[in-house]
Amino acid sequence: MRYEAPESLEGAVALLAGAKGEARVLAGGTDLLVQMRADVVDPDLIVDIKRIPETRAVTEEKGGWRIGAAVTGAELKEHPRLKKVWPGVIEAANLIGSTQVQGRATLGGNLCNGSPAADSVPALIAAGAVASLVGPGGRRELPVEDVMLGPRKLALQKGEIVASFLLPPRPPRSSDAYLRFIPRTEMDIAVVGAGVSLSLDANSVISAARVSLGAVAARVLLVPEAAQAIIGSRLDKPAQDRLEAAARAACRPIDDKRGTTEFRIDVAAVLARRSALIALDRARSN
Amino acid sequence: MAETNGHSQANGHSYVGTRQIRPDGVDKVTGRARFGADFNLPGQLIGRVLRSPYPHARIVAIDTSKAEALPGVKAVITRDDFGDQPSEFIPAGEMMMNYKDVVRNVMAREKALYEGHAVAAVAATSAAIARRALKLIDVKYEVLPHVIDVVAAMRPDAPLLHDDLFTVGVEPKPEKPSNVAKRVEIKVGDVEAGFKKADLVVEREFKTAPVHQGYIEPHAALASASEDGSVELWTTTQGHFIVRAHCARLLGLDIGKVRVTATEIGGGFGGKTVVYLEPLAIALSRKAKRAVKMVMSREEVFKASGPTSGATVRVKMGSTRDGKFVAGFAELKYQAGAFQGSPVQPGTMCAYAPYDIENVHVIGYDVVSNRPKVAAYRAPGAPISEYAVESVVDEIAKKLELDPIELRMMNAAREGTKAAYGPKFGPIGLEETLNSIKKTEHWNTPLRKWQGRGVASGFWFNIGGETSVSLTVNEDGTISLMAGTPDIGGLRAALTSVAADELGVPYDKVRPIIGDTGSLSFNFLTGGSRSAFSGSMAIVEAARQIKNDLIARACKLWEAKPDQVEWKDGAVRPLGALAEKVKPMTIADFAKVSGKTGGPIGGVGRINAQGAGPSFGTHLVDLEVDPETGRATILRYTVAQDAGRALHPAYVEGQYQGGAVQGIGWALNEEYIYGEDGKLQNAGFLDYRMPVASDVPMIDTVLVEVGNPKHPYGVRGVGETPIVPPLAAIANAMENATGIRFTELPMSPPKVLKALKDKGLNKA
Amino acid sequence: MAKHHIEATVNGDAVEFLCETEETLLDVLRDTLNLTGSKEGCASGDCGACSVMLDGRLVCSCLVLGCEISGRKVETIEGMAKGDSLHPLQQRFLEAAALQCGICTPGVLVASKALLEKNPDPSEHEVRFWLAGNLCRCTGYDKIVTAVMDTAAAMRKG
Repeated sequence: MRYEAPESLEGAVALLAGAKGEARVLAGGTDLLVQMRADVVDPDLIVDIKRIPETRAVTEEKGGWRIGAAVTGAELKEHPRLKKVWPGVIEAANLIGSTQVQGRATLGGNLCNGSPAADSVPALIAAGAVASLVGPGGRRELPVEDVMLGPRKLALQKGEIVASFLLPPRPPRSSDAYLRFIPRTEMDIAVVGAGVSLSLDANSVISAARVSLGAVAARVLLVPEAAQAIIGSRLDKPAQDRLEAAARAACRPIDDKRGTTEFRIDVAAVLARRSALIALDRARSN
Repeated sequence: MAETNGHSQANGHSYVGTRQIRPDGVDKVTGRARFGADFNLPGQLIGRVLRSPYPHARIVAIDTSKAEALPGVKAVITRDDFGDQPSEFIPAGEMMMNYKDVVRNVMAREKALYEGHAVAAVAATSAAIARRALKLIDVKYEVLPHVIDVVAAMRPDAPLLHDDLFTVGVEPKPEKPSNVAKRVEIKVGDVEAGFKKADLVVEREFKTAPVHQGYIEPHAALASASEDGSVELWTTTQGHFIVRAHCARLLGLDIGKVRVTATEIGGGFGGKTVVYLEPLAIALSRKAKRAVKMVMSREEVFKASGPTSGATVRVKMGSTRDGKFVAGFAELKYQAGAFQGSPVQPGTMCAYAPYDIENVHVIGYDVVSNRPKVAAYRAPGAPISEYAVESVVDEIAKKLELDPIELRMMNAAREGTKAAYGPKFGPIGLEETLNSIKKTEHWNTPLRKWQGRGVASGFWFNIGGETSVSLTVNEDGTISLMAGTPDIGGLRAALTSVAADELGVPYDKVRPIIGDTGSLSFNFLTGGSRSAFSGSMAIVEAARQIKNDLIARACKLWEAKPDQVEWKDGAVRPLGALAEKVKPMTIADFAKVSGKTGGPIGGVGRINAQGAGPSFGTHLVDLEVDPETGRATILRYTVAQDAGRALHPAYVEGQYQGGAVQGIGWALNEEYIYGEDGKLQNAGFLDYRMPVASDVPMIDTVLVEVGNPKHPYGVRGVGETPIVPPLAAIANAMENATGIRFTELPMSPPKVLKALKDKGLNKA
Repeated sequence: MAKHHIEATVNGDAVEFLCETEETLLDVLRDTLNLTGSKEGCASGDCGACSVMLDGRLVCSCLVLGCEISGRKVETIEGMAKGDSLHPLQQRFLEAAALQCGICTPGVLVASKALLEKNPDPSEHEVRFWLAGNLCRCTGYDKIVTAVMDTAAAMRKG
């Protein structure tokens, strides 16, 4: 098994594009090493991207924020300003696993592991994040909701990696929130995840919103109907009911050892509502 | 007459009952302590096990030739390397096992009986080569239909695991084999008559899922076999003498030629009272002529070591309208796993033990099914049966509008009560624990909406058993204490306190170790809550020998008679006129002249400890339910339990707290989840959900001490009872919070939410 | 494929070792460097018994490859005591009986030390959530949490 740690995106792309056997990208390793140990994957080549500057940087860009694909959840939490602008994204990244796992886990890895239950992905989708992909054909941008196509299925070409994410500029009176349901208080894979990002106008009416649900379908969902349900409202009870109904309607969950279909649909509605209320509260104080 | 009974004091100080620092503690907080996987021998090979991917299959053929040919592979073993064993039952912790089954569990013979069943093993020069070698072993399986659930396994048309298993305990004896190994029964009085007298009869059926002991340290063994038939073995175990016996038996060795060292153990809870890797490691080592180290992965621990039974329990109780229990019936059906031997017998015995009921009838069935052989798990069998009974008791209290503690007090077993399973209780502390709970601030704190409070009591009988310890006085007067029961949670601290008090020496002058099997006479394993109880008893005996010996030496030195001297405060002291002629001699003084006065000084306690006293406990729990998701949060928890006498209060509290949290996990989230294919879906800590630090609050403890008159210090075992009450206490709290009685464990959120939805209650 | 030749710092000492790509930092610590204080409970990052500090960050060593630590700094349980003095957390754990079997203790201590270095005044809630990745099956966490908070208070007093 080969291990390479290139110092440039071009180097990484060349290694991955030219790989003969099974190749895997290594960021935090919190999924890859587990899968290797479980014999689920046996790579011939591991490409460690953590020495590539773009993957590790957090910079302001065009009023928004560019976050490297290999920045850890713990580092994001410690960033002095990100938490104020995107509390939902930061709290989502810091729900992955444990303190130890957050010390290594990355947004890029969480997305590219291809699990619809990934914690950071609904928050990124709700935020309108755009993934910056670099591959043999050059660089392209893809909204995060278009990157994960299904379990373990990504829209990446051979040799393409996610280099960074761009979070858009924030209008004033905006905020986001992410909630997940797990049976314990920590450590579990999300049974349901709900990310909501919204902006308020001068009268505290929701002028824009994005709602994303995780672990309730084969991919993480962007649910436009759920956003429509609350835009133009102050999230009063009828709006909450519409939001819950839209969330329920969007779910196509499975029955598995973590939750039944019925349970996931019920809880998706509850979490969408609770998450929206938190985002609203945060936006009002901004 | 000089007598050496009772508790000596060194300068008036008594260590028993105080919170000394444990002697093995520094090594444990610095990472120096050596657990099972921390031992290595030069030139050792790494062993790994090939396990059946099928829950039930005939093993038609095994071809190991390709694996043996792989460079780096030094030995491969299969069923052909183990002689068959005739049927013979032996005690295994608090349960029984049969060597015919043990040899088959350690290495499958005719059939693979569960997913994860060992089918072959290899020893190679590296873990990577060993893993590759396993993939080269060709096993031809004939897949058979499987059965997991206990009720399904009892059906006459269920897939049959053993064609020579005929139910014991039914008349007439069955002509056809089945999956029901045994029927047990206890009967007192006439329950039918009792139910006719009752003003209220409550009948409920309960279901529990298999749960694993969940020790953080996987099984590990290191074996080194010599050409003369002797073997050295290091293993993480609760009973190295038992391991020695099993390995000697399975491999045809003289017991005296097998020397087993118990490493530090990272949790057992009953699950490390049996052998898995040890016979394999020894067999591989014999074949390879090199040491072989084997460690289970976490997945192997879940798939191939024994969790406890899943069960179906039906309980029917009758009470007068004033709350006097007049009849108690229960029918228990417990999974044994692939081989017979579930803890249904103790489950049967414990079900109604906390109560004085005139008419009791409990029937239990031991049922095999295609999952790993069940191993003991902390008070084996009792949490399940007592969960069912304590839930029905709670329902009776509610229906009769009686305080649940008062109801239990009215029926509580006391000194002199004859338990339904036979013995008459001596002094016991159930009432004291009930009263303690009533007096807590916890009990009197008001609750809010969606919060519920539950209480339940529990019982475990505890055992004594064969125990050997040695106390040696070293040349400088320090004491070496050697015990033979592995220390799983603070035992050495407790025993050191006892030895220091008995001999009247400072605590830090006593150095305890757990000796290997070559250094002591037989010790039964650490289990049954017996190690502090029996170990301290044996130390009293060993210390008595030393004190009598020193008195004799003093008499010789001083030319005195026994009535002119006494042992007191850590020294032999001259009495009366003699005191003007000679000065007292301490242990250290004797140590300096030991050679001149008769030789080395020491004592050995070899006993079969009798008189173990049962430990009763009562738990109180508050929880809050989120009605929109079904998730329960434990808000507050109090344990009151009778320890007889707490040799080391902090480690006794630790047992109360640890058992309670295991019970929380069992009640709310832990379960083995099987697919239709009979394969375990959650063989890891991610989806086998044990409580984490943020899942539980502080666990308050009340140390009740109703002395056990049969023990020199009044000690009762305490380790097991704490896991018995939580299941019902939490189920009762859920009922109090939601109005719904959950009769199936775990009470995981999807189940709770569904039940709330069905009643239209799933709104904040 | 030839092994990787790695130079790093472990507990303040310069170390040099060879490792295969698939060997984790935990494998290297235990099998190559003979530092067996970090334990393997699950090898999947779910139990925290292998917790170490990597460049000042609390991580599970079973989730880091040995070849990733080239030029980096690792601190394990073996480096927590300084000479003859135990770290206040180690001392407090002994006094408070905050361990029973002791297998989780190295990981819990490393994680707790990391917490107090970041937050010298944690609430009970913060301690519990910080330590959620350290499974303990023996103690029920009560005495562990109390010991961490008591140590924090004592260390704040100076």
